[in-house]
Amino acid sequence: MSTPAAEAVSETGKSDVRPRREVIHRHSWLVRLTHWINALTIFIMVGSGLNIFNAHPRLYWGQAGADFDKPFLALHAWPDWLTIPGYMDLADARHWHFFFAWVLVINGALYLAWSLGRRHLQRDLWPTAADLRAIPRSISDHIKLKHPKGEAAKRYNVLQRLAYLGLLILLIGMVVTGLSMSPGIDAFAPWLVTVLGGRQSARTLHFLFASAIVLFIAVHLIEVVLAGPFNEVRSMITGRYTVPGEHD
Amino acid sequence: MSIIITRRQALIGGLAGSGLLLTGCSRIFQADALTDSESFQRVLAAAQGWTRATQRFLLGGGEMAREYEPSDISPHFKANGTLNPGGQDYDRHVAEGFVNWRLKIDGMVAHPLSLSVADLRKLPARSQITRHDCVEGWSAIGGWTGVPLALLLRAAGVRAGAKYVVFYCADNLDGDPAKGGDQSMGEYYESIGLTDAMHPQTLIAYDMNGKPLDVPHGAPLRLRVERQLGYKMAKYVRHIQLVSDFSGIEGGNGGYWEDRGYDWYAGI
Repeated sequence: MSTPAAEAVSETGKSDVRPRREVIHRHSWLVRLTHWINALTIFIMVGSGLNIFNAHPRLYWGQAGADFDKPFLALHAWPDWLTIPGYMDLADARHWHFFFAWVLVINGALYLAWSLGRRHLQRDLWPTAADLRAIPRSISDHIKLKHPKGEAAKRYNVLQRLAYLGLLILLIGMVVTGLSMSPGIDAFAPWLVTVLGGRQSARTLHFLFASAIVLFIAVHLIEVVLAGPFNEVRSMITGRYTVPGEHD
Repeated sequence: MSIIITRRQALIGGLAGSGLLLTGCSRIFQADALTDSESFQRVLAAAQGWTRATQRFLLGGGEMAREYEPSDISPHFKANGTLNPGGQDYDRHVAEGFVNWRLKIDGMVAHPLSLSVADLRKLPARSQITRHDCVEGWSAIGGWTGVPLALLLRAAGVRAGAKYVVFYCADNLDGDPAKGGDQSMGEYYESIGLTDAMHPQTLIAYDMNGKPLDVPHGAPLRLRVERQLGYKMAKYVRHIQLVSDFSGIEGGNGGYWEDRGYDWYAGI
């Protein structure tokens, strides 16, 4: 559906005739709802996770690892302004983390079930063969900060699709590695910990996956700002999205 | 037009974003005030119940914690919490080689017991090499030998209505700031439910890696509860009591760390 020329109106009454922008319904109510719950949840999970991490800011590979063992990665404690609560408090950080872990799982399960059932995931996120062929061009478009217009803006581009699918996989990875650190779950499913290379490996992967999610969020926010923050944020709140015109 | 506005928007967005972050992640939504609020803590505490119920369901078949090979044993098993209880009494026990140490078992039992370490060593023993997971995040693998707690509880005869096993220790932990929270002085104690108490891997251990427990690791007796975190595994155990609830015991939450905000169920 292209912008109907017949609807072109003058905004100022002067001669610079501009076509009326096409508005589409971009995000379904469930995607919008779960998106914002997820955004708040991940924010809290990262903040409380860093607080928990600060109780022992070293990472290991294998089943075991403590002060005397060679670390995979030895870091310093994260500053208080990044953590939740904003001071060192392992007990309360765990309360935040494990409450919102449930929120993350329930919200994520709702999103996944809906997305698979309504074919949102298969149709809107899974890249087509043509998408995959367009990867090099999409990369160059992104580098040049060239955003899709018109028809192309109505669907996710291939890098978006891969990024959102990647985030989905990372979040599932967070839940699995998180559960693997629980001694109770380890007794129930020891194979899970073995597959991940051990309990300390699971903790290291948990941290690395979280880092990748933070990187995703940074790129995501930059893209929102570059693509037009008002239109993008509004579309995620109300669902209404103004399709950028070919001549903008 | 879009490029100019985009750059300006990017700048404003970036500044607003970093401004928000610099005030602190916690302060953005008053997380610290929420943490201090009792009603909000009750909301967060609901998740503890969900986690415990889920794990109780998953571990309903008495699943065993994984056991390791002797070659997996950590060369240095980190000792945490109290490293030496000290004091006249404990020092005397160390000097005597713990020959006069008694483990009392009482409370809601039919036959209260008082056992020496030598008595315990005569009872059927179990050895296991397990991974010890600290709430702080580290793990160490160690070999433990001791008497299954179930055997002692059966000998004492648990009376109807008893729900928890409380372990009183000889150490007075005066707080480790690294763990945060309220670390006031207090005698170490812990408790577990009867399901975990009767589990075959739950031991009153006297040997570690084939040698009598050393002082930093809880000499002469410590608890092993392999499907929970390290803080449940009380060291320097001298008294076991069966109770129906925690009222009247220290802070009333079932353990030293529990009285300082940590979860009673430490399977996660």
